[in-house]
Amino acid sequence: MSSPSELRYTKEHEWAKLADNGEVTIGITDHAQDALGDVVFVELPEVGDSFDAEDKFGVVESVKTVSDLYAPCGGEVIEVNSTLEDAPETVNGDPYGDGWIIRIAVSDTAQFDALMSATEYDAFVAAES
Amino acid sequence: MKRTPLYNRHEAAGARFVDFGGWEMPVRYTTTIQAEHQSVRTSAGLFDVSHMGEIEVSGENAVDALNRLVTNDLSRIHDGQACYTAMCLPSGGIVDDLVIYRYSETKLLICCNAANREKDYAWICENLEDAVAVDRGDEFAQLALQGPKAASILQTLTEQNLADIKRYWFVDALVCGVQTIVSRTGYTGEDGFELYCPSDKGEILWDALFEAGGESLKPIGLGARDTLRLEMKYALYGNDIDETTTPLEAGLGWITKLDGGDFIGKDVLLEQKETGVERRLVAFKMSGRAIARKGYEVVDDVGNAIGRVTSGTRSPTLGENIGLAYVPFGAHRIGSEIKISVRNRIELGTIVKPPFVKPGSDV
Repeated sequence: MSSPSELRYTKEHEWAKLADNGEVTIGITDHAQDALGDVVFVELPEVGDSFDAEDKFGVVESVKTVSDLYAPCGGEVIEVNSTLEDAPETVNGDPYGDGWIIRIAVSDTAQFDALMSATEYDAFVAAES
Repeated sequence: MKRTPLYNRHEAAGARFVDFGGWEMPVRYTTTIQAEHQSVRTSAGLFDVSHMGEIEVSGENAVDALNRLVTNDLSRIHDGQACYTAMCLPSGGIVDDLVIYRYSETKLLICCNAANREKDYAWICENLEDAVAVDRGDEFAQLALQGPKAASILQTLTEQNLADIKRYWFVDALVCGVQTIVSRTGYTGEDGFELYCPSDKGEILWDALFEAGGESLKPIGLGARDTLRLEMKYALYGNDIDETTTPLEAGLGWITKLDGGDFIGKDVLLEQKETGVERRLVAFKMSGRAIARKGYEVVDDVGNAIGRVTSGTRSPTLGENIGLAYVPFGAHRIGSEIKISVRNRIELGTIVKPPFVKPGSDV
């Protein structure tokens, strides 16, 4: 299955979506949620926390394993998806939609531009497996 | 990586594979670990456990000979009965945990952990006197049929009356025409059977069981095998027990018969029993949302490491985060608080009486 073309991707299997107002929404890819299996807990940062690109910003736990979340680009957290606290399985069911994880105000859109395109990410996943 | 005789069946069933002790094994199939877990608790599941090792011990006094290598007492079980036991180093550390099938005074079959097969065989050969050990691990396929519907599914494939096989007993029987060791044992807490057949007949048994089980039977991977065993506090070698832990520390005193004959490690275990163990493996539930996983530190009030988590997961049955950890004696009591360092934060839990989940109906 090919990844949504309007998103950008990291080698750590996060996706990022840039809105017109400069905010970036971040989640994990369909490939990532499938590899993790049933997600039972998402550890979210606080609104107001700041990260550099590639910093750890949270954790996704499945029954089997725990996986760190890495910021695709630097910025300040302006919203977290608090519905995941009670329904972490949304990450499995709708990874590119309701399963989004955080929204940040980016400090440098060049970092976003440097992320992989959907085509590049799909090739990366294919090469990895 | 090594593959079991059922590998093609797993691939056809959409399995996702992991490396488990050098074996390419299904971790789960097309649903989730939690769904597979519930299938076993409420209906039936079939596990391929052909990676487990089998070692046959024979000789005129094979029972007595093997008894000197294990903590449980093989002279106290009957022919046709199986027992769970540890095999220890002179230090009392655990070489492996085993299920031993007693055919007769002169013949027994050991089922050991896959990752320990070569080590166990070498250890047994080195220490066994007046009996012969043969590694027969490649000759068997082993399937575990577990769950409340296991017996009714299996009964359709054999003339052997399964009601005659009590928990921890076994028989040789024909199952769908295949010569099979039918053992009423398992690693899930549910009623069920472990079936040993010639490796080239494994697919026949696998297919026949799914045909008989229909919608009631699902293939189950190692992911759910782990959550099922952990809900019962069954030890997993390499996690909860290893060569640095003794059976008494691990809460396996019930398989350690210190009032019988001599066995390797007995002196140390006797002394440990008299002076008391310094640490105990405890079962705990987490209060928060994080899962305490293998290797996380147990800490005291000021943050010093005093123990370590050996297993942890989300219990699919309870919807709570559960785990096992070694803690100092005195800090092990049921109801006590346990503090665990989770990603540089202290998370609280409570020590509880195992098992986490009440076992299913025994027959």
